[in-house]
Amino acid sequence: MNLHKLDARRLLCPLPVIRTQDKVKQLQTGDELEVTSTDPGVMQDIPTWCRINGHQILETQQQNNDYIIRLKVGE
Amino acid sequence: MSKQIKAVALISGGLDSMLAAQTVMQQGVHVEGINFFTGFCVEGHTHAIRKKDKAKPKRNNSLWVAEQLGMKLHIVDIIEEYKDVLINPKHGYGANMNPCLDCKIFMVNKAKQWIQENDFDFIITGEVMGQRPMSQRKETMPIVARESGADDLLLRPLCAKNLPITKPEREGWVNRELLHDFSGRSRKPQMALADEFGFEDYAQPAGGCCFLTDESYSKKLVDLWETRGDKDYDLDDVMLLKVGRHIRPNPRFKIMVAREEGEARFMTGYKKTFINMNCSTHRGPLALLVGEPNEDDIKLAAQILARYGQGRETEDVGVEVRLLNGEILQINVKPLLATEIPQAWFI
Ligand code: SF4
Repeated sequence: MNLHKLDARRLLCPLPVIRTQDKVKQLQTGDELEVTSTDPGVMQDIPTWCRINGHQILETQQQNNDYIIRLKVGE
Repeated sequence: MSKQIKAVALISGGLDSMLAAQTVMQQGVHVEGINFFTGFCVEGHTHAIRKKDKAKPKRNNSLWVAEQLGMKLHIVDIIEEYKDVLINPKHGYGANMNPCLDCKIFMVNKAKQWIQENDFDFIITGEVMGQRPMSQRKETMPIVARESGADDLLLRPLCAKNLPITKPEREGWVNRELLHDFSGRSRKPQMALADEFGFEDYAQPAGGCCFLTDESYSKKLVDLWETRGDKDYDLDDVMLLKVGRHIRPNPRFKIMVAREEGEARFMTGYKKTFINMNCSTHRGPLALLVGEPNEDDIKLAAQILARYGQGRETEDVGVEVRLLNGEILQINVKPLLATEIPQAWFI
């Protein structure tokens, strides 16, 4: 398992979702990705995107103005 | 075992493409969605910049549709490539700056490339003949199919029975009899089909799902192009046209005044890019100055800004101006009266 990070700050949805999608394409099943965004919309959109595409949300948290989502890449 | 037939559906987040995809899925075809992000899409979150919209659900409609239908969704960033479509539309613009016909051709062409790369069999759109004045007329349906290069791989399930037979129908991948013959501007057949499928709470955006169909947005875009003397743009330009009150007293500059907190927060991210100001003696909004204002222009901008702050009824308002070289000016101005800001200045 590898932990990868993606900085999607200052982008408005759906761009953080698109960047997440493109990053996940380069990863292997079981890898973890931590996405940091400033658009609160990601708290809804990235989990939805994960449910549709078979990835797993491990953790979501807010730190000041950042929204951080950790996900595990599915099949 | 026969090969699983696969189709990609263009998903806008609206009802028609949702119905089109479901119609084909019901026939046993594997359908995945594709959504193109031009930068001009009206999404929950661009609205969410404005605080007053916070009560509304901030969902992304395309993702919502995909989840309802149980299909994968591929969101594609076409911001860069889309510039050529918007700047040089071969078929011209619609009522505003919407190059709908060229846009449709471009998106279907991208979908055609996608099915080739991903070994899918055909493309689905939610177009309905006669639904939209520019891109969904009887005459334009074959233009989209032909100029996109999709030809008879393009199936429009909602009005297929009004159109020539396509390959998916001919090959028996889908049963033409189970497709539809919707036409015209009435939304009743779509609503009835949505009921039949049990769809509720689907998006029905009043102004469509694209800022280019919006009159006020289009005016701001034209103003940007005219004053710059160049039609190039980037995503920041596109986003900034969505927020604030835009007032142009002369060709040198315009002032963008935040209408509420959400916009002010968003505009704060541009403080290093533009001269910006806010009232220092009274509560009031943030403003950005776009262009190359001279000293008098900056004073005029401060008077306009003061009009939108709590000092508007007073004679003297302090304004802090932050220049791009880091210099900070403190000036005092008399706010303009509403009648002193000509209507023609509002873009
Ligand atoms: S409204 Fe027209 S220009 Fe905008 S996305 Fe739809 S087809 Fe394209």
